[in-house]
Amino acid sequence: MRHLLGIRGLTPEEALGILDEAPRYQDVADQPVPRVPVLVGRTVTHLFMEPSTRTQASFQLAAKRLSAEPLSFVPKSSSLTKGETFLDTARTLASMAPDIVVVRSAESGAPHVLAREIPTAQVINAGDGISEHPTQALLDAFTIRKHLGRIAGVRVTIIGDLLHSRVFRSNARLLTMLGAEVRCCGPPTLVPPGLDRLGVRSLLHLGEALEGAEAVMVLRIQHERMHASFIPTEREYYREFGLTGERLARTDNAIVLHPGPLNRGVEISSEVADGPRSVILDQVRNGVAVRMAVLAEIARSSPRSHRTDG
Amino acid sequence: MADRPVVLRGARLVDPVEELDAVLDLRLAEGRIAAVGEGLAEPGDRVVDVDGLVAAPGFCDMHVHFREPGLEYKETVASGAAAAVAGGFTAVACMANTDPVNDSPSVTAHIRQLAEQAGLAHVHPIAATTQGMAGERISEFGSLKEAGAVAVSDDGLPVGDPAVMRKALEYSRLHDLPVIEHCETLELTGEGAMREGAYAAWIGLPGIPAASEFIAVERNIALAEITGARLHIAHLSTARSAAAVRRAKAAGLRVTAEVTPHHLVLTEEAVGDYDTAAKMKPPLAADADREALLTAIADGTADAIATDHAPHHEDEKRLCFQSAPFGIVGLETAVPLVLDRLVASGAISLARAVRLLATGPRRILGLPGGDLRPGSPADITLLDLEATSTIDPESFRSRGRSTPFAGLSLKGQVAATWVGGREVYSRNAGR
Repeated sequence: MRHLLGIRGLTPEEALGILDEAPRYQDVADQPVPRVPVLVGRTVTHLFMEPSTRTQASFQLAAKRLSAEPLSFVPKSSSLTKGETFLDTARTLASMAPDIVVVRSAESGAPHVLAREIPTAQVINAGDGISEHPTQALLDAFTIRKHLGRIAGVRVTIIGDLLHSRVFRSNARLLTMLGAEVRCCGPPTLVPPGLDRLGVRSLLHLGEALEGAEAVMVLRIQHERMHASFIPTEREYYREFGLTGERLARTDNAIVLHPGPLNRGVEISSEVADGPRSVILDQVRNGVAVRMAVLAEIARSSPRSHRTDG
Repeated sequence: MADRPVVLRGARLVDPVEELDAVLDLRLAEGRIAAVGEGLAEPGDRVVDVDGLVAAPGFCDMHVHFREPGLEYKETVASGAAAAVAGGFTAVACMANTDPVNDSPSVTAHIRQLAEQAGLAHVHPIAATTQGMAGERISEFGSLKEAGAVAVSDDGLPVGDPAVMRKALEYSRLHDLPVIEHCETLELTGEGAMREGAYAAWIGLPGIPAASEFIAVERNIALAEITGARLHIAHLSTARSAAAVRRAKAAGLRVTAEVTPHHLVLTEEAVGDYDTAAKMKPPLAADADREALLTAIADGTADAIATDHAPHHEDEKRLCFQSAPFGIVGLETAVPLVLDRLVASGAISLARAVRLLATGPRRILGLPGGDLRPGSPADITLLDLEATSTIDPESFRSRGRSTPFAGLSLKGQVAATWVGGREVYSRNAGR
């Protein structure tokens, strides 16, 4: 795997390969010295053009546990527009000849542009605009498989802002590719036309979407969506789409996932978030292992691997 | 000293106005077509053998952006005019969104002067509909027309306020100027970067709904109806917009429309992996829209093919999709696309293509020519229908390089371009 630009472009074998490798790296965390010499001498640059605490921390920890040299590259926004900064940043980075670049951007397609502009680097997408967040989807699939024992045939329901969610897009692709049955539901203002192309079934009413689900994935609702009138108020959102214990009871004893950070009392009740079916904190744990597996897999197809490993 | 008369000998003449399609000679003298027939050469004439080529009335692109004054790093009048003749266009009409905006007679005159200095294609300025293109007060249509403006348009910044649009249409009747409108409802476009639909949902880009265009088309047609004015709709892109224009024409309204080659050839899927060369307004649409546009150019709903040639600097287009500006170049790709993808494919006849490229736009703008009649300007586009070429942006005369057609191999190209009885472009420099 040269890059991980998205779940789009990934084969089922590649995806399953990462999920199969991840437990090995989970064991690393339990060692007295939680470190393996997989990426010795390699730089992993974390290019975060958009603030992200969790994903950045998770990737940094993953890189450190693989003995890489992590480099944080967080350009300050300046008077230049975002786009100009991005091209200049890409060129600056290219001059440093980085090995692996982990990129987070508010712009859809930024990892694709970076891969084109820095031909020597290997690019991992840590979330781009409303497009993809592939490592989040991989860790979600890993978590589902860990708790339910399989992915093929699992009934998954994704609830929330489907229009702006890269987590939704990557999960829809990955889970359907691995044979899950994915239904989704959200306010009609936040459900774009054409979702069937992603292989998911979009339902208007939450009750129907939750019926018989084995896993429920709750998406984070952004405060700014209210200002743009996609939803009237947070209170109304909770009333219509918040995952409560009562609503969870309609499922087939589903596990509950959320990419974080949580808006308690908006998209999810505390009772559910902290309840026995919540696997939210386990997602965070799994995230580090899955990202280690991704980094290791990418490093294996590095243009430099025949030299450094030889 | 006046140029010697020229006889273009042996071309297949295609003139949709005279319904002429025959191998004949063309004699050009004193900047005009002097005669059409056989054995026209007189003593002292220069005879140019154009056997095997098609001679058509010079093409006219009624929708280009030449960026001068003010944005010369993107394009100048001279570089744009060079691109025009290399693309087979003997005339263009350039939009007003320069810096300063072309809302005053001095800017209009300046653009014409730059074009005269370049000495290639005729460049007809289109003045702003409203002062500063601010959408509030209409500009001085009378003085602008006198300075050489052939139409008014706030292209790119649609006139949002229906009361202002109504006044512009009403006032335009005084000088019989067409009001060209880029029909878009900016509130519906929002942050959209490509056409809303399955592909935008698939790759995760904010969408521009088709309604952003057709609501504005339908509103402006209603205003054309109540004012009786001439409305020209720029770059139709949706099936519903085309249907609205068809109904307006059937109702006898003075409504005309143009379509771009890219909307006739590509769909939203051309965005591929966030390719900024497929980012323009209106955005590339669904295949059903594309088919409706093909019908519109075949049945006369659309009057013109226009490129919306919108050059940007390479640094501006080499960005992430959402940050990059809207717009691609078109002057040097349009004719091969029309010949290969529309004519050779059987969607329209060659005569229809010539009508859309030469006659239709001139009728809308009130320009002479668009035919091969004696007395018409000696502006001729010569086509080689058999030659195959590959689109190579590096060879463009335009300063813009962004095109979704790079690398495409097309059959049929421009052999030479004649303006005012003089050859201003030849593919084989030897001719």
